[in-house]
Amino acid sequence: MHFGPHLLLAALEGLVTSAVLALTALGLSLVFGVMRVVNVAHGEFFMLGAVLAWAITTAIGGHPALGFLAALVIAPLIVGVIALVAERLVLRRLNYNPEATIVATIGMLYIIQQLALTFYGPEARPVEPPFSYRILLPWFGYSGYKLSVIAASALLLVATWLVLTRTKIGLVMRATQYDSETAQAFGIPVGRVYGGVFALGAMLAAIAAVLIVPISQAHYLMGQDPLLLSFIVVIIGGLGSLRGTVVAAVLIGLSDGIISVFFSPTLAKIIATLLVAMVLVFRPQGLFGTASR
Amino acid sequence: MDKSKTFDLSKTGLTRRTALKGLAATAGLVTAPGFVRYSQAQSSAPIKIGFQSHRTGIGAAYGRWYEKTTAAAIKAINAAGGINGRQVEVIIEDDGTDPGRGAEVVGKFATQHKTDIVFGTLFSHVVIGSAPAAGEAKIPYFVVSEGHHVASTKLNRYVFQPGITDVKSQIQSMAPWIAANAGKKVTQIFPDFAFGYDHRDYLPPALKAQGAEVIAQIAIPPTESSFTKYFPQIPAETEVIYHVMVGPAVLTFVKELGEFYGSNRPQLFGFMDSLEATDINSPGLEFLDGSHFWEGSPRYAQADDSAGQKAYRAAVGIDDNGAAVGDPKDVSTASHMFGCWETLYVVKKAMEDAGYKGPEDRAKLVEATEALTAFAEGPEHPQGPKTFNGKIHQCFGIQNISKVEGGKLKVVHKTKIEDGLYEAEGDYTTQAL
Repeated sequence: MHFGPHLLLAALEGLVTSAVLALTALGLSLVFGVMRVVNVAHGEFFMLGAVLAWAITTAIGGHPALGFLAALVIAPLIVGVIALVAERLVLRRLNYNPEATIVATIGMLYIIQQLALTFYGPEARPVEPPFSYRILLPWFGYSGYKLSVIAASALLLVATWLVLTRTKIGLVMRATQYDSETAQAFGIPVGRVYGGVFALGAMLAAIAAVLIVPISQAHYLMGQDPLLLSFIVVIIGGLGSLRGTVVAAVLIGLSDGIISVFFSPTLAKIIATLLVAMVLVFRPQGLFGTASR
Repeated sequence: MDKSKTFDLSKTGLTRRTALKGLAATAGLVTAPGFVRYSQAQSSAPIKIGFQSHRTGIGAAYGRWYEKTTAAAIKAINAAGGINGRQVEVIIEDDGTDPGRGAEVVGKFATQHKTDIVFGTLFSHVVIGSAPAAGEAKIPYFVVSEGHHVASTKLNRYVFQPGITDVKSQIQSMAPWIAANAGKKVTQIFPDFAFGYDHRDYLPPALKAQGAEVIAQIAIPPTESSFTKYFPQIPAETEVIYHVMVGPAVLTFVKELGEFYGSNRPQLFGFMDSLEATDINSPGLEFLDGSHFWEGSPRYAQADDSAGQKAYRAAVGIDDNGAAVGDPKDVSTASHMFGCWETLYVVKKAMEDAGYKGPEDRAKLVEATEALTAFAEGPEHPQGPKTFNGKIHQCFGIQNISKVEGGKLKVVHKTKIEDGLYEAEGDYTTQAL
């Protein structure tokens, strides 16, 4: 294959990775930004989204688009409720202590993973894409659904940005992020904001998973890679920064796509990790983060 | 005796209440169901088989079916009177499809469960990681792995693979068919670990002998979840794509290959590993129609199935489509799991030949297994007849090449045992026991 088409394919693959990664990482970044806790179980919420998408599409049947749309709405809601319950039962009781939260969410990671193994099983199960249009380029064919994932993710990111910057909920969240004690003094129900943000973060991961599941099947171990990549993205982009997260996701996704097409996937991972190290050394707050006060 | 190593009850604060609780717990354990004391210890106590199972990790789908097949075989063996008149009991430990944990599990079987043998591993990296532990503990280790590592004689005298043919032999026996029917210019796609390397190393010479050649080799990390980015490396002049993938993303691999090529694809020759535990009628797999697969034991019931094959399928509980009876979506790993069934019957035969009584006879069991030469096709060996080379601890059997036709796999060619024989690379029997 010639260089041009080869690069096009690499870029397309990279953009799909970026799209899904941006949504997942945004969830992680929001939780860290507002609550100042690290959610190690974030990848498992991603996995739950995919597994639920499979369950919902299988239960509904009929035209694949029908089941998929239902999954796109219902799966994140269920995951959001699960996250909310986890936040109420576990994180709140730990007073959002950063160290204790890490340990607790590691525990949640294993519990969710093993429950999925027990009730869903070890197989990778496919979900039919809502439409299976194959775009025929002169050099290779490409899945139309993959392109729609990029578009859907962009829409969702814009929506999240609008919520954060243009609505009262967003204002309350930003106030809590800026200074939770002062926010509380002004009558903002910080506890409820925390619960909402934790659920929202999990829901973003679940939506990303529902989008990706027609491409790569639902499997109980699928949460590990997104978690690792989300951490990389959040560290590079700056914790709690929406713009930074999106920029870093596109950067990591594209470089992963292009480097792994032209060189090797291992080299792509090496470079991403090296980038994290460089950012931590030279700009610990991340590319777009603000230094902690 | 070193005082620091003894327990001083007065200092540890052991109260009467704790002591009573401990006593009660012990009594509870002894009377618990399943706990039976054997007064004549060895003569009637069950033979214990430690099953190293891929219950979690990337091999979990295989692990589940290996467990089902093993349970069915043990049930049949026990119903027929067990081994040497003793019942057989299977103890399962999960290795997480991880070589490090695999070695620990072997150690646990040898020292804690005190099983007679260890059995059942599939993934080659786990076998290679666990083999030294088995050699060290001097516990016979019967794997059902398909890799060439046992036959390469690079492991040790305690490791056997008597139930499934190794990759080198499979490739050698099928290469003539590939060169004659699929094409001469072959691109290989394989997982980037031990099992894949067997394919990488043995296919090129096997094809060369048939006047065909491997023009590109693409290694893919076994944990990869997206594959389109690798496909541009497939040269345009490729006539056959030879694919063998493992792990949970296999379906994505085949789907993305379909999206990439559409109907204008090269010939495809795949190892069933690329689709084990996956329904070939899954959405996106239509483009496999007309392609060919290696199958160890056919997934779909064939018109000429032997009585042994039919009885085996019924005992394990798979229907004519190779899925669990009652759940058509639960597709089996038919190409590999027959090896568990057959290996257990080899263990039975070897234990009977050795007059095996207990762990003190493990060396005798090794020698008795090495003395075996052939297994006849039948209820105990439903996949087909096999020969066994005691020097390299490896069996050799027939292979099936199946064509995807109308959403089913139909066997179109069966190789002969002689097609897959090769010169031994070493001799385990020269190693000390």
